[in-house]
Amino acid sequence: MRTIEQTTNEILDLAARQFSVPRESLAPTDDFYKKLGLDSLQALEMLTRLEQHFGIELPDYEMQGVTDFGTLAGRIQARL
Amino acid sequence: MFAPSLAKMLDLNKYDCLGAALRDALERWPDEICLIEADRDKEKARLTYRQFKEAALPVAAFLQERGFRAGDRAAIIMTNQSKWLISAYAIFFAGGVLVPLDYKLTPREQLALLAHSHASVLVTEYPIWRALTVAEGFQGLGAKTILVTEAPTKAELAGALRWEDCASVAKSELAFVPRKRGDWACVVYSSGTGGRPKGCVMTHENYLEQCMALTALYPFWPGVRYLSILPTNHAIDFMVGFIGPFICGATVVHLRTLRPEFVREAFTRYKITYMSLVPLVLKNLQKGLQSRFDALPKSKRSIFNALRATNRGFTRRTPKLWLSRKLLGQVHAAFGGELRALFVGGAFTEPATLQFFYDLGIPVANGYGMTEAGTAITLNDFRPFRPDTVGKPLPGMEVRIANVGADGIGEVTVRGKTVMSHYLDDPVLTAETIVNGWLQTGDLGKIDESGHLQLFGRKKNMIVTAEGKNIYPEDIENAFEGIPVKEFCVFAANYIWPERTMVGEQLIVVLHPEQGSTIDEPLRAELARRNQQLLNYKRISGYAMWEQDFPRTASMKIKRVELAQQIGRALDRSAVRPL
Repeated sequence: MRTIEQTTNEILDLAARQFSVPRESLAPTDDFYKKLGLDSLQALEMLTRLEQHFGIELPDYEMQGVTDFGTLAGRIQARL
Repeated sequence: MFAPSLAKMLDLNKYDCLGAALRDALERWPDEICLIEADRDKEKARLTYRQFKEAALPVAAFLQERGFRAGDRAAIIMTNQSKWLISAYAIFFAGGVLVPLDYKLTPREQLALLAHSHASVLVTEYPIWRALTVAEGFQGLGAKTILVTEAPTKAELAGALRWEDCASVAKSELAFVPRKRGDWACVVYSSGTGGRPKGCVMTHENYLEQCMALTALYPFWPGVRYLSILPTNHAIDFMVGFIGPFICGATVVHLRTLRPEFVREAFTRYKITYMSLVPLVLKNLQKGLQSRFDALPKSKRSIFNALRATNRGFTRRTPKLWLSRKLLGQVHAAFGGELRALFVGGAFTEPATLQFFYDLGIPVANGYGMTEAGTAITLNDFRPFRPDTVGKPLPGMEVRIANVGADGIGEVTVRGKTVMSHYLDDPVLTAETIVNGWLQTGDLGKIDESGHLQLFGRKKNMIVTAEGKNIYPEDIENAFEGIPVKEFCVFAANYIWPERTMVGEQLIVVLHPEQGSTIDEPLRAELARRNQQLLNYKRISGYAMWEQDFPRTASMKIKRVELAQQIGRALDRSAVRPL
């Protein structure tokens, strides 16, 4: 079982790879819409990658109101 | 467009209310499929019109048993799924007024609109209900009957009832409750989540007339499959993804995700005929296709470009679907092979994007509308294709340009049977918005010689995002309450400094610091922190400093028009600092 810190780190690793930004430039408190310049569909695409990575299924509504990596990690952790 | 079974469509002239029209539709096509519900790549439900009726009537009976009467209001907060439409029909059957609320709003916003609408019934999904029960203000929820779908077996429902139990609970005699054309059908909120609620009261006539106008241009018939991804509470999906297809015996496919990969799959799996989307999703489809074209080997790309040019040449005057499907078969196969048109609305679509699809033989019918006017005011009819415009007024819709300037541009005003009755409980706003029967849209436009409407920007203080979200600055000011300044006001930048554009709009906050102080780093940090708490599409992009007192009314409300004019005269856009 991963800790929340591990989950958060894996999310940041994956986001850095998917959007080609340096891993060290991303922090858990970052707003991924702003930091990565995402629109809502790109955020859903990121969610799909995260689902594949963690082997879970997150309904779209789990992204409602979530804008930072830390909160996203919490939503994912709850389903691991 | 040719419609094989148009004669079978219900004649809506003969109906006084949506409930009666839908009731007859359910009788007329008992064995046709009316609804398919898919989640990702799994199909969750498939209902015939007969099964739809059998699912809805117990809900209607249950509501009646709980004292729900003609004219009572019932809200729905649900994602796109079969129970949304089933519940809506049950509400109309019982003579109720439907209040469709956006499931994407925050629970606090939903509770505020529920209170404003005075809904006595709420139908919602379990995850949404769970969020509502722990939100601030939940104790004040006025709805007496709450139905929750898909709740886990042992879930605590905080006084709500299971939607699925209606069938076993309802025992009363069921009676259809007719309504008149002028009676309220829906209260639809076009804004007001944080400020002044704008509940558009739509009559049965509004919907019946709009449905006739739209289906005259883009008909449905049994066998047509409409893919629904826009929220059903949205005016476009409510009409084109519910009322329109149902009164024609067509099929609605609900997809409970917006993920691009599943949307693409749904086209081929369900051989979709029509779909409505917002510019953002259309752009996403364009990007996906363009990258596939770019990846073609050089020789194939040349052939493809030649075919596309040929198609463009042959369809200059009017779409020729049969020809486009032959010339560009692979592209059309990726869309399921039976796509006739995409409808795009909710925000302005760039002409280049419309042209991209048209050249592939996929007509994108862009239009222009606002909740207050019914679903659509104008729509492109491809006679001929004019991507630089938002089409011609729909049948029965009068469009007049008011206060025309030297360049022929003025405010778009609209009159017709689809224009709302009024704003709920707001006679002042209604009087400002509907003047002598003409709806003042607040948008700037011009009608050309061929009768097409072109849009050039906005007169009103609002922005529209590519996702089709209308954002009124006053609605987001709550987020900045209490910041350490003397006063502040949020504006659409284009409202202060008018620009002839419909895209790339931004919000800014104007700050009047306390005397002797300035906008320092802690204040900037606080602004940024508050901004982060807003949903991403509602955020402000910058701030400007203003050192004079804001003009105010006797009741101390900011005179926004006057303030914007003062700022616009004294400062230019370079005064805005990014946040």
